[in-house]
Amino acid sequence: MSCCCNCAQASADALLKNGIDVSLLQPTLDKYAGVEGSLITILQAAQELYGYLPVELLNYIALKTGNKPAKVLGVATFYAQFRLEPVGKYLIMLCQGTACHVNGSEGIEAAISEYLNIKDGETTPDGLFTLNNVACLGCCSLSPVMMINGETYGSLTPAKVKEVLASLQAKEAEAK
Amino acid sequence: MKMIVGKGSCGIAAGANKVSDSAESYIKEKGYAIETSVTGCIGMCYLEPIVDFIRDDGTKTTYVMVNAETIKEIIESEMKGEVAAQYEMPEVDKIRLERQTRIALRNCGIINPEFIDEYIAKDGYKAIEKCVTKMTPEDVIDVIKVSGLAGRGGAGFPTWFKWNAARSAKGTKKYTICNADEGDPGAFMDRAVLEGDPHALIEGMLIGAYAMGSNEGVIYVRAEYPLAIERLNIAIKQAEERGYLGENIFGTNFSFRLRIKAGAGAFVCGEETALIASLEGERGMPRLKPPFPAQSGYWAKPSNINNVETYANVAWIINNGGEAFSAMGTPDSKGTKVFALTGKIKKGGLVEIPMGATIKDVIFEIGGGIKNDKQYKAVQMGGPSGGCIPAELADTLIDYKALAATGAIMGSGGMVVMDETTCMVDMARFFIDFTCKESCGKCIHCRVGTKRMLEILTRITEGKGEDGDIEKLEELALTIKSSALCGLGQTAPNPVLTTLRYFRNEYEDHIYKKKCTAHQCKNLVSYTIDADKCKGCTLCAKNCPVGAIEGSIRNPHIIDAAKCIKCGKCATSCKFDAVIVD
Ligand SMILES: Cc1cc2nc3c(=O)[nH]c(=O)nc-3n(C[C@H](O)[C@H](O)[C@H](O)COP(=O)(O)O)c2cc1C
Ligand code: FES
Repeated sequence: MSCCCNCAQASADALLKNGIDVSLLQPTLDKYAGVEGSLITILQAAQELYGYLPVELLNYIALKTGNKPAKVLGVATFYAQFRLEPVGKYLIMLCQGTACHVNGSEGIEAAISEYLNIKDGETTPDGLFTLNNVACLGCCSLSPVMMINGETYGSLTPAKVKEVLASLQAKEAEAK
Repeated sequence: MKMIVGKGSCGIAAGANKVSDSAESYIKEKGYAIETSVTGCIGMCYLEPIVDFIRDDGTKTTYVMVNAETIKEIIESEMKGEVAAQYEMPEVDKIRLERQTRIALRNCGIINPEFIDEYIAKDGYKAIEKCVTKMTPEDVIDVIKVSGLAGRGGAGFPTWFKWNAARSAKGTKKYTICNADEGDPGAFMDRAVLEGDPHALIEGMLIGAYAMGSNEGVIYVRAEYPLAIERLNIAIKQAEERGYLGENIFGTNFSFRLRIKAGAGAFVCGEETALIASLEGERGMPRLKPPFPAQSGYWAKPSNINNVETYANVAWIINNGGEAFSAMGTPDSKGTKVFALTGKIKKGGLVEIPMGATIKDVIFEIGGGIKNDKQYKAVQMGGPSGGCIPAELADTLIDYKALAATGAIMGSGGMVVMDETTCMVDMARFFIDFTCKESCGKCIHCRVGTKRMLEILTRITEGKGEDGDIEKLEELALTIKSSALCGLGQTAPNPVLTTLRYFRNEYEDHIYKKKCTAHQCKNLVSYTIDADKCKGCTLCAKNCPVGAIEGSIRNPHIIDAAKCIKCGKCATSCKFDAVIVD
C-alpha cells in the first residue's frame, strides 16, 4: 500500500463494508500513540473488539501506527493468540499440553471432531464452534481440559465433551 | 463466621463459582450471619472445590469436593455449631499438607488475593520496609547470596549474582522484569502465585529493584492466564493506593513503578532475549548472548529477569534471614521448590517441599502413588527442555546437579507422571512436535532439525520405522543441541535423548518388532477376541463404529482386522475381558 493523503480513510471505509468499524479502535490508538513497543497490546485490543484481525485491518493499524504493513503482519502471525480468520461464537480451546496428552486429550479431540465434524483450526458451517488446540491452560491436574469462551471444563471424557457441546447447541436453538 | 471458597482457575473449573453462588443465595435467603470470601489455589486440585469455614473463635474446618447442594448442608451444620464430618477434608490429605514447607506458596489458598490487607496481616510489605529503611542494596544482595536462592524458571542460576551484575551495570535506567510466561505445558506453580498471592510477587520485585537500583518493572504474563492478569491488576492498583508502589516508598528516595504486559502465546518468549523482543512489541525471536540482559536488555538498558517463584521467595528470605532458607535443601540446592504433580498420579496438584527429597517421596508419599494402581514407569521433568527419568532412578534427589546427571533438569517444576500405558516413543514425538511448532524459525538447526526428528519419530510410531532411524535421531539430536541459537533448540532434543537412554527397547520394539508395548500407537496394536472368554453378548459389535465385529448371539465374535480402525471401543465395552489388545 503506497501512502497517499487519504488512504487511511479509504481503508477505513472498505473495512466498514465488512462490518469492522475502526472508529471503535481509535481510543486505543490514541492511548498508545507514540508509546514505543505497544504493537502487541494494540493488536490484542483490536482482536478483543472484532474477534479477529483481517489483513485489511492489520494494514490500517500499520498506517495509523507508522509501522510497515509487513511488520504488523509479521507480529500478528508470530503469536498463537492472533487470528486472521473469524471464529465461531464459541471458541473451543482444547489443551494439548503434556499432562492432558498423557491423560488422553487426543481422544477428546477425536470426539469433538467427530461430533462437530471440524478439525483443529476450523469453524462449523453454522458459525457456532471453532476448535483450537492450545498448549496448557494451567489446570493440568484436572486434565484433560478445555476452555470455551473463558469457562474451563476439566476431567473430560469423550462422553462428557459431547454433553457440553450438545447443551451449548440446545441453548442456541432455544435462543432462536 | 466466615466462609472461604477456593477460586483459583482450577477451583473454578471444578465448579467453585456454582458453589459460592449457591451458598450466597442460601445464606441470604436464610438470613445467616456468614461473611463470604475467596482465596487462591491451595494446591490440592483433586479435592476441588474446597471451602473453609472459620468460626468466630478462630477454629477452622476445610470441606472438600463440595457442590452446589452439599454446601447448603454444610452451612446448616455449621450454623448449628457442628462439623459436617462427611464432607471434611480426610486426615490423609491434611497430613499431606502438613508434610510440605510452604514459602513461595505461603499465602496461597489462605488469604484473599484481592484484599491487600490480608497480605499485610501476614507480614506483607514488612520485608521491603526493612530493606529501604534499614539495609543498603549491598546488604540485600548479601542476604540473598547467603540464602543460596537460585532461579526457579529453569536454569537455576544464582539470583544474587544476577542482581549484583545488574547493580554494577552502569546505566541511567534499569528494568526489573518478571517472567510469568510459564510455558512448560504441564506446569502451573506460577499461575498459583499470580492468582493466589500476587502481592508476594510485587514485594519480591520491589526488593529486587531496590537492590539493583531500578525504578521500573514489568511483569510479562502469558495470555492464557486471564484470571492471573485480573488479580495482578487489582493488586498493583491497591499497592499503589497504599504507597508501596510509586514515588518515595516509605518516605525514602526509592521509587518503583510496575506494569503488566500480556504475552500473546509463544513458548519461545519464555527465553529472556525473546521475552525482551516481545516486550518491545516485536516478533519474539531470541538473539545471541552476550550481551546479556544485565548489560543490555529491554530498550538496550540493563535488565534483570526473574521467574515468578524466584521473586515469591524473596520477601520471606528478607524477613527470616538467608540462613533460614539455606538451612533447607542440599549442599547444591537450597530452600524449597514447588512442583506441579500431574499425569497418571492419584493426588495431582501443587506441592512445595525442601530440596533434597527423593522423586519417590514426591510421587508416592505426597502424590499418593499412581492412578488406578498401575505400574509407575517414568516422570517427565523440565517440560520440553527436560527429560524422562525412569522408575529405576526414583531415588534420585531433587537437586539441580543430581537431576541434571539423569539427563533431565529441575526445570520450572513440572512433574508429569507416566505409567505402563504411556508409550515413551510417543512422548518423545509429542515433545518434538511441540518444540517444532514453537521454534521461532530463526536458526536452521532448530527449525529444520526438529522437523526432521519429528518426521522420523512419527514414522516410528506409525509402524513405518526403519533400521538406522535410532542412529539418525541421535545424530540430529546432538547436532541441534550443539548448534542451535537459543535455549529452546539447545534443549529440544533432551526428551528424545533421555527416552533413548532409558527406553531404547521401546524404540527397538516399534521399529523391528512393530510392537507398542504400551498399546498407544494405533498402527501397532491389534484387537482380537478370545473365543473362550467371549459369551456372545453382542455388546462389542453394537459399540463398533465401523461394523468390524461379526458373530451371533451367545457365540464367540470375531473382529475383521481389515475393517478395524483400532478405536478400542470393543475393549472398553466388553464386560468379560475377552478382547485381547496386543
Ligand atoms: C525456550 C525457553 C523457555 C523458557 N520459558 C520460561 C518460562 O516460561 N518461565 C520462566 O520463568 N523461565 C523460562 N525460561 C528461562 C528464562 O529464560 C530465564 O532463565 C528465567 O526466566 C530467569 O529467571 P530465574 O533466574 O528466576 O529462573 C525459558 C527458557 C527457554 C530457553
Ligand atoms: S497440560 Fe493441559 S492444562 Fe496443563
